[in-house]
Amino acid sequence: MSAALQDGLTATIAGVGFWTDGLPDWASARAFAIDGTRPDAAPTRPSPQLLAPNERRRAPGSVAVALEVALAACRDAGIAPETLPSVFASTHGDLGITDYMCETLATDATAISPTRFHNSVHNAAAGYWTIGTGCTEATTALSAFDATFAQGLLEALTQLATGAPAVLLVAYDTASSGLLGTVTRSDGLLGAALVLVREGTGPRLSARLCDGAELAPPGPLQAHAAGNAMMEMLPLFDALASGAARALLRAGPHRLLSLELAHD
Amino acid sequence: MSGPPDPATGLWLYSAAAPPRIHRVPQIQPPPMPAIAIRAFTATSALGRGNAAHAAALRTRRGGLRRNDFGPTPLPTWIGRVDGVEDAPLPSALSRWECRNNRLAWIALQHDGVQTALEAVVARHGIDRVALVVGTSTSSIGASEEAYSRAEIDADGTRRFPDDLARPIVHTPHSLGDFLQHATGLRGPCITVATACSSSAKVFAQAARMIEAGLVDAALVGGVDTLCGSVLFGFNALGLVSSAPCRPFDAGRDGLSLGEAGGFAVLERTGHADTGLQLRGYGESSDAHHMSAPHPEGLGATLAMRAALDRAGIAPEAVGYLNLHGTSTPANDSVEARAVDALFPASLHASSTKGWTGHTLGAAGIVESVIALLALETGVLPGILESSVRDPACGPQIRFDNAEADIGFAMNNSFGFGGNNCSLVFGKVAA
Repeated sequence: MSAALQDGLTATIAGVGFWTDGLPDWASARAFAIDGTRPDAAPTRPSPQLLAPNERRRAPGSVAVALEVALAACRDAGIAPETLPSVFASTHGDLGITDYMCETLATDATAISPTRFHNSVHNAAAGYWTIGTGCTEATTALSAFDATFAQGLLEALTQLATGAPAVLLVAYDTASSGLLGTVTRSDGLLGAALVLVREGTGPRLSARLCDGAELAPPGPLQAHAAGNAMMEMLPLFDALASGAARALLRAGPHRLLSLELAHD
Repeated sequence: MSGPPDPATGLWLYSAAAPPRIHRVPQIQPPPMPAIAIRAFTATSALGRGNAAHAAALRTRRGGLRRNDFGPTPLPTWIGRVDGVEDAPLPSALSRWECRNNRLAWIALQHDGVQTALEAVVARHGIDRVALVVGTSTSSIGASEEAYSRAEIDADGTRRFPDDLARPIVHTPHSLGDFLQHATGLRGPCITVATACSSSAKVFAQAARMIEAGLVDAALVGGVDTLCGSVLFGFNALGLVSSAPCRPFDAGRDGLSLGEAGGFAVLERTGHADTGLQLRGYGESSDAHHMSAPHPEGLGATLAMRAALDRAGIAPEAVGYLNLHGTSTPANDSVEARAVDALFPASLHASSTKGWTGHTLGAAGIVESVIALLALETGVLPGILESSVRDPACGPQIRFDNAEADIGFAMNNSFGFGGNNCSLVFGKVAA
């Protein structure tokens, strides 16, 4: 059994990317978490530079937010994106596209748009990312309901523990819409990305699975984006902003991922 | 976007000046991985329920495709449908997860000693030391489609889901993983992997990493995908569906036949003097090319196959059987055939079994891994059904006829939308 078990799985956070309604980057999210400052003007939609201008407008919200935060995290880390294996975590994928697919199938099935169909796969953002950056490294896309971020983080840490020197973790969810929105609720657009490295400068993170269901009261970022399905990741980002030494993430039925953070 | 590698960390530095391009940095050859034991495995598909049904259908070349009879307005195509799913409701304690996809998961779980093997690894390691990693492409979106087609209208004019389908868990991708977590009681990491048609191959890689990292000691891996409107009409919209039974690697092939399937494997850290079937290597890569078309030179496919061989620590010559992705679309098969011809000697027996099962999408990884494991176990190497005229791109590795040979290693290729590739190497250790 490896030493990883005794010490928890570990990583250094080399770069952070962030986007949500009203807080379009990590600097503004951190400022908001520290003293409530909001940027004077924030774009209503991410505009990922990785895509050509016409593709930027056409891209589904899930793809736009994922590419925006992923590139920001790589830039923050100073690491070339095409060299990183990646983990894309999303609770529901693109809810607007799911609504479109189901609505079209119920009315005129043969009218399905081929582009919307291939954009409906859960790994659409991962696909656009690897195409846009020219990255041939492995990428995955996963979901674990309200434990999606914790399970995605575990996969990224596991990749580091088994040989990868650096991994990109991207997490996002979109707003629900249409009939699906009556049972699956998610508001706004929220995404964040971390470049995790085995060795480097930045906050040091260690993670351990444990029993329990008691989470800490929401911090400022979690309160700000409380309606989005990916808000379960925000205890970590609130801790990164405030310099807190611990954060708890929901990791499954009566399971938590306990994080310890050592800041520079 | 890369500058030079940082001499201190070996990581490539970010540079906004360089334009995006295919990553030409020499890929790091992965070191051999520790072998992972496969304690049990099973598949349920159009060929039947369990391994014996699959072995018999493969040996006798009895395919499972039928004319499309799925849904109210079936497209003119052929499908690999599992019989009896409609008549097999979930046990009442699990009715919260009721849907076609979870029914097929439950049916598949009942065969070939998977539950017994799972109980054994839980007894050995503890219920929180066994991971659950399952793959799917569309999970239970069939239930969402049904909710839209049966939507009810309230007195105030608002539409809503019918009461029996107003269950949020079946309208999200983790429906499959959450169902299996409650059905098995496992308390280790629990993930649904959804990378389209590579999903349930990648679960082997993810579970192997968890075991190697010491996060768990064993895992239930697998995958389930069921026929639904989204995939039938979606692939049809892309022009990728054949009106006849699919003909992988045939010069006249004109598209795929869709199918549904479920399957599982119980993986465990190997012990001393361990014998039996093993996961020996995995390789994962991205094409970095197109959302729904393969890289024209098979770049990602080659990288995935090479990495799997490297992790297994074997030369291409050692592989006795390769189950190809072989979807029967014009683009996939010629690219894959060329990539295989460039990497493997003429002695390799390689085939696509999608003529038997149809393309089972997110379940293709587990079903075709089971077929590779059966080849190791029985020595029956399947050929290709329905195909008769070889595509000019086919090297001598592509075999239309069945063969028999005692082999030491078998591989499986699974490639998905987004250019998402995974190759697996399986081996066996004699008692």
